Amino acid sequence: MTQALETLGRAGLRSFERLGRGQIFMAYVLAGIPEIALRWRLVVHQVYAVGVLSLVIIVVSGLFVGMVLGLQGYNTLVDFGAEESLGVLVALSLVRELGPVVSALLFAGRAGSALTAEIGLMKTTEQLSAMEMMAIDPLHRVVAPRFLAGIISMPLLAAMFSAVGVYGGYFIGVGLLGVDEGAFWSQMQDAVDLRDDIFNGVIKSIVFGVAVTWIAVFEGYDTVPTAEGISRATTRTVVNSSLAVLGLDFILTALMFD
Amino acid sequence: MLESKFVETIVGLFVALGVAALFMLAMKVSNLSSLGEDGGYDVTARFLNIGGLKVRSPVKMAGVVIGRVKDIELDRQSYEAVATLSLASKFDKIPTDTSANIYTAGLLGEQYVSLDPGAEDTFLKDGDRITLTQSAVVLEQLIGRFLYQKAAGDEG
Repeated sequence: MTQALETLGRAGLRSFERLGRGQIFMAYVLAGIPEIALRWRLVVHQVYAVGVLSLVIIVVSGLFVGMVLGLQGYNTLVDFGAEESLGVLVALSLVRELGPVVSALLFAGRAGSALTAEIGLMKTTEQLSAMEMMAIDPLHRVVAPRFLAGIISMPLLAAMFSAVGVYGGYFIGVGLLGVDEGAFWSQMQDAVDLRDDIFNGVIKSIVFGVAVTWIAVFEGYDTVPTAEGISRATTRTVVNSSLAVLGLDFILTALMFD
Repeated sequence: MLESKFVETIVGLFVALGVAALFMLAMKVSNLSSLGEDGGYDVTARFLNIGGLKVRSPVKMAGVVIGRVKDIELDRQSYEAVATLSLASKFDKIPTDTSANIYTAGLLGEQYVSLDPGAEDTFLKDGDRITLTQSAVVLEQLIGRFLYQKAAGDEG
């Protein structure tokens, strides 16, 4: 009995310790950001690795999600004779929820895991220690540019996801199923608000970008320096950041759309 | 590591694409291009029942959107609903005896305020009140009245 309590307590303390370590880690990384502004080329290279290379999966998924929304929405709306509202349905679901959330989940799988594995391997092969020996702070030189690149890339990727998705819905709805083109766009423009819907979607994707990249770089930096440690850290990144995205999405939705 | 110049060009393209996507969402998907929220003037109208009217519902004249419902409140003395209508400033020649009705777009669509112009030579200003109003038609009341009349008719 006491044994079980002990185990529980130790697990609880350890997770709190990790949480605290994650925040101290983040404070150091944020302190390194002004320095990075002087060497923005580092950030550019990371935006390439994190953002540009995720572009294909984001655009293709966005297109398919939009097309599926078009098909499913049409099948339901046509029963009520409201198929002209297809544009509203597609645009609102993409801009408010699916764009930020699905692209953040894909981002966690595509870019987050890569960040963790890269930093984890750097730690395992003692490249980070070597940097410290040369009086270069790896938190500033390695982690900060990657963190910044994640925050820059995420809203852009989410916006592209939503934009491509709207066109996917348009191709299916207007092109294939014969919804009136004028009604599709005009009802959409009537119902979608710039501040309430689009800006809130962008805010969501920025929050998700911070959460996913933070988890990814911290897990990488906190890796147990073995092959098994890297694999565990990568798995944890994908699982934890997906859960964080979905949880944060609930909170943000409750706050934004009351 | 890839060549620096190439990477920078690609990243520049990526950022431009992202901004273009945001711009497209703002211009084509949302209502930024139509009726801005800037300027305009407010008039109030009192209704006995506003039905399903909401804040941001359109205000139309002859079917054209000329403003939005800005605020809805209940007058605690008279138990009337006070709707504040925000009208675009370019529509500033609306006669004071204009009447406001709440209509429904389609059978089950959203409700909107329709303004029918009057004939006065004086025009509505900021803070004015539209006195001629007609409440929303509540479908349940209508059906109830119809059934009641039908029942009464069958008996007689």
